[in-house]
Amino acid sequence: MADVIEAGAARADAPPPAGRTRRRRGPTERGHRATPYLFLAPYLVLFLVFGLAPILFGVWISLHQWDLQLPNRPFVGLGNYGDLFSSDSAIYADWWSSVRATAIFTVLSVPLLVVVPLGLALLLNRAFPGRTFFRAAFFAPYVLGVAVIGLLWRFLLDANLGLVNRLLGMVGLPSDTPWVTDVPWVWVSLVGVTVWWTCGFNAVIYLAGLQDIPAELYEAARVDGANGWDRFRHVTLPGLRPVLLFVLTTTILASANVFGQSFLITQGAPGEQTRTVVWRIVDEGLRDYDAGRAAAMSVLFALMLAVVSIVNFRLFRYRED
Amino acid sequence: MIQHEMSRRRLLGLGVGLGSAATLALAGCGGGSATKSTTAGNGGKDYTGPKVDLKLWNGFTGGDGDIFKKLVEQFNAEHQNIAVGVITYQWDDYYSKLPGAVSSGNGPDIAVMHMDQLATFAARGVITELDDVAKALELSEGDFAPTVWKGGLYHDKRYGIPLDMHPLGFYYNKALMQKAGLDPNKPPTTREEYEAALTELKKSGVQGFWVSPFQFTGGMTFYSVLHQWGGTLFDADVAKATFNSDPAVEACTWLVDMIKQGHSPRNVGQDADYLALKSGRNAFNWNGIWQINDLKKSPGMQWGVAPLPKIGSQPAAWANSHNFTIVKQRSADANKVSAAKVFINWLSQHSIDWAKGGQVPARKAVRESADFKALTEVNALAPELEYAAFPPAAPGLGEVMTTFYNSFNEAALGKKSPKQALDDGVAKANKQLEDNRKKYGS
Repeated sequence: MADVIEAGAARADAPPPAGRTRRRRGPTERGHRATPYLFLAPYLVLFLVFGLAPILFGVWISLHQWDLQLPNRPFVGLGNYGDLFSSDSAIYADWWSSVRATAIFTVLSVPLLVVVPLGLALLLNRAFPGRTFFRAAFFAPYVLGVAVIGLLWRFLLDANLGLVNRLLGMVGLPSDTPWVTDVPWVWVSLVGVTVWWTCGFNAVIYLAGLQDIPAELYEAARVDGANGWDRFRHVTLPGLRPVLLFVLTTTILASANVFGQSFLITQGAPGEQTRTVVWRIVDEGLRDYDAGRAAAMSVLFALMLAVVSIVNFRLFRYRED
Repeated sequence: MIQHEMSRRRLLGLGVGLGSAATLALAGCGGGSATKSTTAGNGGKDYTGPKVDLKLWNGFTGGDGDIFKKLVEQFNAEHQNIAVGVITYQWDDYYSKLPGAVSSGNGPDIAVMHMDQLATFAARGVITELDDVAKALELSEGDFAPTVWKGGLYHDKRYGIPLDMHPLGFYYNKALMQKAGLDPNKPPTTREEYEAALTELKKSGVQGFWVSPFQFTGGMTFYSVLHQWGGTLFDADVAKATFNSDPAVEACTWLVDMIKQGHSPRNVGQDADYLALKSGRNAFNWNGIWQINDLKKSPGMQWGVAPLPKIGSQPAAWANSHNFTIVKQRSADANKVSAAKVFINWLSQHSIDWAKGGQVPARKAVRESADFKALTEVNALAPELEYAAFPPAAPGLGEVMTTFYNSFNEAALGKKSPKQALDDGVAKANKQLEDNRKKYGS
């Protein structure tokens, strides 16, 4: 508990964050007007070169039929976007089935990845023997690469040879569940593996957030007669709001970008039902060399995610008011 | 455990999505299209110019990679004025990296490529014509198996010099056959024998022929029986998909019925068919020739390999082939091109060592040598060369083939009837072929 109190105390003593009480800079103060911009310049350059410029170039590419190697890269206007919305095009059904797959995965995985790590963090924030071991144990899978966990679980979940079905059979449950080849089981597998794999990361962020909540607040609540649930509702949750917003936003984006798990564990099966958007974009751009269409998909997908993120921020701001 | 061909898959982690536009854009910065090829040297007979360094790219990530490197070392030692440096990528990374590298001037001089990629890369101007190599070296169809030799052509021009071919073979678990009262040294060769053997295996409690719904290996098995029934994937001009023809539907039904009749479990996972063969739960597996070296490492297992049994009206087997290609450079260096041709010719002649890596050499003289005959298992699949069903030479077939394999996936997983799955696949493939026609103008 010592570190918690310390962290809380340090926070209480710290000056209020800049921005809320912005002091006007007088000429007597040291530093030139350009100083902040000079400090920002290195990142700005990186952002322009590796962030903004490629994005704009990507939008430009999406307006063309673009193949790196072909000499002609005709301008097609919004044609690539039109293909994604016209049921006559070869890509239409594929694209929307990928969007559907990604949406299903995101909707199923995000709530779990927001709630399960929170519970985990609350447990790991208590003082108990072996706490450090458990903190490490829950974080450990996150250290592994997607290739490792993908292959591992593909073999564990194999319908006929896998350990999971064998164990289920030993306790008298059905032992022929097609975990990686048929709906809805594929979604259970993909979401389950992802939660197992990444929940440690969100838990660590929650833990940091929990340690940032001043201990006095809990003491005051206790004095006021608040029970455990009340303290969670009225102290912990409000204290975690910025962390929650961060976790929710990054988890939605990470889940929407799912690729490795379905690529390795289900390989898109059955048919193409677990082929995700990012997979489709990679295939279109790097296997079929249709950079224009791939860029159009990327832009459209980025817009979709931007809308989701904006809604997300709005909701949290609304609650703050 | 994973076949080396399996590595034709990209592993990009999470977080590629939003960045994709950016990545593609960066790749585009290379700009500029490759310049024209030059006809250089005397087509590969010898090279007497100044010393040149050649970059060679391949995707030999398995044991074959070491054998290839040793061959290159030998070549470098024998040729004082040519130094070949080898760079290896996973096949799938390889095909996505190559175009960007070439257009930015960082590509290789020589690229090893699968036959089914030649047309795509030729149409996109990445690789150069090699007719003069064939002519100067007096290579002709007679020196190679005709099926392999013709596969190196695109629009009647040669782009690839074939190194090998790797077909699908019929692997069988001898211990299981013995247990079922079958002669382990007489694998079935016809439909009647095959089905009779499966019945015997079933009586002994073994599901004898696991049908995988994935490209490796179920999709390639379907590809083979489809051709055995006399079907084709596409019409002669590769303008229309034909894999929903009556023979195709019959072939697909035969395979799917293996599951219905209990010769295969449902929902066979990726690699499960092969792992089950090795662990004694599956008796028959149609798998790539590249598994020979893996099986040799399993000393406890009694296994054999034979050409695919003839289930349909004619013999046929899925096959692909590694080809040498010369990459077009932004600024062509005639010395490099002629040195590259010397290398290709030399390696083709030394392909017996390559055969030890588990591939059937494309060159007839090598195939008929006593050295090759000594490689019992690989040699066992050499007869398939005569009727190997190679992928057609048309650009941009990658996604169309994915459609083909996915329609088999849906049939094998029982999501759709064979007819329905193949009809749906053909409808989609035809749209994709039309897109390709617009793009490549053929």
